[in-house]
Amino acid sequence: MYVAVKGGAEAIDNAHRLLAHERRGDPAVPEIAARQIDEQLALAVDRVMAEGSLYDRDLAALAIKQARGDLIEAIFLVRAYRTTLPRFGYAEPLDTGAMAIERRVSATYKDLPGGQILGPTFDYTHRLIDFALAAEASIEPPARASDSSAVDAPRVSGLLGDEGLIERNPPGHGDAEIGDLTREPLSFPADRDLRLQNLARGDEGFLLALGYSTQRGYGRNHPFVGEIRFGEVEVEFFAEDAGFAIPMGRIQVTECEMVNQFVGSAETPPQFTRGYGLVFGQSERKAMSMSLVDRALRAREFGEEAKAPAQDEEFVLSHSDNVQSTGFVEHLKLPHYVDFQSELELVRKLRAEHAESRAEDARSPDDGDMMREAAE
Amino acid sequence: MNAHSQSSADPDTIRRRQTLMKLCADATTRELETGLAALGPAPQHQIVRAPEIGLVMLRGRMGGDGAPFNLGEATVTRAAIRLSSGEIGFSCVLGRDGEKARLAALIDALGQRDEFLEALDARLAAPIRERLAREGTVKIAQTAATRVNFFTLVRGED
Repeated sequence: MYVAVKGGAEAIDNAHRLLAHERRGDPAVPEIAARQIDEQLALAVDRVMAEGSLYDRDLAALAIKQARGDLIEAIFLVRAYRTTLPRFGYAEPLDTGAMAIERRVSATYKDLPGGQILGPTFDYTHRLIDFALAAEASIEPPARASDSSAVDAPRVSGLLGDEGLIERNPPGHGDAEIGDLTREPLSFPADRDLRLQNLARGDEGFLLALGYSTQRGYGRNHPFVGEIRFGEVEVEFFAEDAGFAIPMGRIQVTECEMVNQFVGSAETPPQFTRGYGLVFGQSERKAMSMSLVDRALRAREFGEEAKAPAQDEEFVLSHSDNVQSTGFVEHLKLPHYVDFQSELELVRKLRAEHAESRAEDARSPDDGDMMREAAE
Repeated sequence: MNAHSQSSADPDTIRRRQTLMKLCADATTRELETGLAALGPAPQHQIVRAPEIGLVMLRGRMGGDGAPFNLGEATVTRAAIRLSSGEIGFSCVLGRDGEKARLAALIDALGQRDEFLEALDARLAAPIRERLAREGTVKIAQTAATRVNFFTLVRGED
């Protein structure tokens, strides 16, 4: 518990002025524009949009600038901003099958319809610092294929599905209610729609660690990357005013379909199961981690023994949000003076009692020895 | 905001409006300004709904094609405009650009008047379409260049 305290207003103002000064850095160095962050630190912007749970590149870039590059602080700013806006409604579900693909890889099939498209990736780089970047070196223009048409890539899971080798995705029911964490606080057990929403905005590092833990044996489920795709999808919104679905523009998303260990029963023959990840922007690490954790959290559904942290939905979903986490951890630095005073008093009292009993022991050593023997 | 009966008309009209709306969403504000200016003075109109910024919750589907779930929100801006002849134009575009939403609503209204269709297409839509197609072609060619072409190494025993 902390108690409101007065005073310090001037110190706070001055601290914020100092912060603004530090944020700007050396005035001899040109100031960075939000647009530069958007263009040149695009993956940081993607992360802030994903975990801020708000798709708006300009806003995320500005938040990164304001937060001096502290991405969780930027995510916090974005989350705070969204609370100031009215909600117009729910968009039509994105059709990731119709994505304008910029990258698409599968680890389950070498040759597959649509092919393996590497796109802009860090994979296969040598992870050596490129000192040429320090000197604003000119870059080679990207290669262009001469005979090219848009990537037409059917889902990899569809290939398995045609043979009945993988579970079907749960069909949507027209008027079934879809859980929304921004409207109703989380309660347990949570259905998969709520879990996916929670994971989609969850902290990348937390999900990465949990996903990794499943690979290391804490809730193992034998994952294969069926497919990862990244690119642009159309967003449509059914506007009641207009009476039809309005195309609102395009956004970038990364999708991961994980193909996992099979399950079967007396009625159904063994089938692969699925884990799913979908994230704003380009973030394979997050989409993959999300799909690992999604699959782990389906333990109950498949009658698997849920012993590992990644399979414990209350543990995972309650700790995935970095704004919540940082709020509670960082509140510890706010004044707890009164609380602490009572703790101080208590510890002094206990110490006094302790000293008193020691003194008593010293006066009657025999009793003390007997007690010790009895305990042994 | 009930006076929109004429908009829920035939599927062809709706499709045409959607095509134009999609183009406006993909256009820059500057392109919409330039395109509208090329049409000459806009007919008399009034703002029914001033540009308003808000949120729309975007949705994904489990496994890509299964039951929907809420993915996260996006900022959008919407506006509505009424021509003096009665047509109401709507817009709802991603982002926080009020001017873009206003122009898109005006364009939607104009697109409901037959006499503007040809000019809208030739002077406003065509240049935007061409720019988008040009950029799309480049992107596709750059993406295609990163396609892996596997080849099998000749094995020793062959």
